[in-house]
Amino acid sequence: MAQGAATDRPVANAAAARRRGSFVERNRGPLLVTPALVTLFVMNIFPLMWSFGLSFYDYRLTRQDLPRFVGLDNYARMLADPSIWESLQTTALIVAGSVGLQMILGFFIAMLFQPIFPGRRILLMLVLAPMMLSYVAVGVFFKLFYNPNFGLISKLIEVFQGTPPNILGDPVGAVLGIIFADAWMWSPFVMLLVLAGLVSVPKYLYEASQIDRATPWRRFWTITFPYVRSLLLLALLFRTIETFKLFDTVYIITEGGPGTATKVIVQYLYRVSFQDFRTGESSAIAYVILFIVIVLTNLYLFMVKRREQEQ
Amino acid sequence: MAQRRAIGHAGWGRTIAAAIVAAIYFLPVLIIIMYAFQGRNDILSISARSLGDYLESIFSFTPTLSNFENVFFRANIIQAGEGAAQATETDFPLYFLNSVGIAGISVILALVIGTLAAYGFARFPLRGNDTYMFIILTTRMLPPIVVTIPIFIMFQVTGLAGEYPGIIALYTAFNLAFTVWMMKSFFEELSPDVEDAARMDGSSETRVFFKICLPQVKAGMAATAVFGLILTWNELFFALLLTSNETRTIPPAMVRTLGGEVGADYGLLAAIVTLFLVPVLVVTFVLQNQLLRGVTFGTIKK
Repeated sequence: MAQGAATDRPVANAAAARRRGSFVERNRGPLLVTPALVTLFVMNIFPLMWSFGLSFYDYRLTRQDLPRFVGLDNYARMLADPSIWESLQTTALIVAGSVGLQMILGFFIAMLFQPIFPGRRILLMLVLAPMMLSYVAVGVFFKLFYNPNFGLISKLIEVFQGTPPNILGDPVGAVLGIIFADAWMWSPFVMLLVLAGLVSVPKYLYEASQIDRATPWRRFWTITFPYVRSLLLLALLFRTIETFKLFDTVYIITEGGPGTATKVIVQYLYRVSFQDFRTGESSAIAYVILFIVIVLTNLYLFMVKRREQEQ
Repeated sequence: MAQRRAIGHAGWGRTIAAAIVAAIYFLPVLIIIMYAFQGRNDILSISARSLGDYLESIFSFTPTLSNFENVFFRANIIQAGEGAAQATETDFPLYFLNSVGIAGISVILALVIGTLAAYGFARFPLRGNDTYMFIILTTRMLPPIVVTIPIFIMFQVTGLAGEYPGIIALYTAFNLAFTVWMMKSFFEELSPDVEDAARMDGSSETRVFFKICLPQVKAGMAATAVFGLILTWNELFFALLLTSNETRTIPPAMVRTLGGEVGADYGLLAAIVTLFLVPVLVVTFVLQNQLLRGVTFGTIKK
C-alpha cells in the first residue's frame, strides 16, 4: 500500500521524504556544513578556547616551566599596564583619523563617479587599484616614499617647506604617515560602497525633483542621502573593524616607532606574544581584542540585516 | 543647447575631474610598476634632486627585465642589512612557487568545503543557523594574532610549524569563513522554485545540487576563488610566524629584505608586486559586478 502511494507521487513532500528517508536524507543540512565547521573548530575555535584557558595561567612559551594557575592576575596586570592604554589610544587615534579620511574621500569620489561619463569604467578601475595592493606592498613602498632622501612624498613636502622632512622620525609625522597610507589604500573601498548606494537611487526621483525645481542641496538631502545612509554606516563599521586590527603596514613602515608613537594594539600584542613571550598575559589581551571585535561585528551584521529589510 | 542634458549623464568635464582624481590615486601604483622595469642603480640614483627631476627620473629610464628574471630564476641575490650579520639569503623562485602552491591549494580546499556548507546553510537551515554564520564571520574579522598564540603552540607540539600542511590548513580555515559567506549569498539569490520543480520530477538531492544549483553559481565560485586568492596571497602575519626557510611565502620574504634602506632591492620587490597586481587589476575589471561582495566578505550584495 505505502509503496504504491510512493510510486504514484515520487517526492511530493520533501519534508515527509526526509522523515522516512535514510540517515543521509534526514541529516542533509548538518552533513553539508560539518566539514566546514570541523575545520573552523580545529583551526579557530579550539585555539581560541585554548588561549582563554592560558589567559588564567602564568606561562611563557620559551620556558620549560609548567603553566601555573594565577587566576585573574594576567587581566589585573594588563589593566594596570599603562602601555596598553597608550596603545589603545594610539589605535583609536589612527582608526579615527584613517577611517574619517576614508569616509570623506570615499564619499566625494563616489559623488564624482555617480553619473555616466566617457571613460568612467577605466578611471574607476584606476581609483580602485590601491585597494588591490597588499598591505606588504603598501608598507614597503610607502616607507620608500617617506624616505627623506629619495621618497616621493618627502620630495612633495619639500616643495612647500624647503627642506626634506624626516616624516617617520617624528612622532606626529609617523602617525600621519600611517593614516595617510591606510586612507589612500582604503578610501576606494568606501567609494565602492557609497557608489552602490548612489546607483540604486531611482532616476524618476531626480526627474521629479527637477520638475519641482528643487535646489541641488535639497535634492541631495531628500533623495540621494537616504539611499547611501545605511551603506555609509556599513562602510564605517567595516573599516573600523579592519583598521582596528591594522598591523602589517605599521609593522613594516614604523615598527611602532618612533618610540611608541605608532604602537597600535596589535603591534603591542605582537610584542608581548612573540618578542617578550609573555604568553599568558598576551592571551588575556587577545581576549579583550576578541570582545571588541565581537561587539563591532554584531553591530555590523545588525545593520546589514536592517538594510536588507529596508529594501 | 536645445535640451538640458539627461540626468545621470555628465560630459567630458566630469571625465577630466575624474581623471585627475584617478591619476592621484594611481600614481603610487604606477611608480611601483615603473620600478619593476628599472635597474637597481636607476632607483637609488634619484636622491637629492628637485621634485621635477625626481618625477622625470621615475619615468625616464632604460627598461630592463632583470627584476623579473630575478623573481623566477635567481636565488640568493639579496644581501639585506648593512652588516654581514644581517645578510639574508633569499630564494624568490622558491617563495614564488610556495605562494602559488599554498594559496592555490587552500583556496581550492576552502571552495569545495565552503560551497557545500554554504549550500547547507542556505537551503537546509539548522537550528541556530544565524549563530553559526555569525561565529564564522567573527573568525574572519578577528585580528589573526588572537588565534596565533595557541596555534603557534599547537603547531610546535604537532610538528606542523614550518611545514606545508600546517600553513595550508590554517589558510583553508581562513578562506573558509570568507567562502561560506560569499557562496551563501550567491545560493540565496537562486530561486528555490526551479529546484523544487526538479525534485517533483524525481531528481535526487545530489542531482539537484550538481545539475541545477552549481551551474548557476559558477561565476560566483570563480569570483570567490579570485578574492580568496587575493587575501591569501597577501597574507603576512601567519606566514611570518608559521613558515620556515623552505615553506616561506612572498609577503614575509619581502619584509625580510627590508633590513636596511639601501640594502632592499626595490626593483625586485616592485616586480613581485607588479606580477600579482596586473592580473588582479584585469580580473577586477572583468568582475566589477562582484567586487562589492568580494571586498565585504560576501556580507553586502548590492
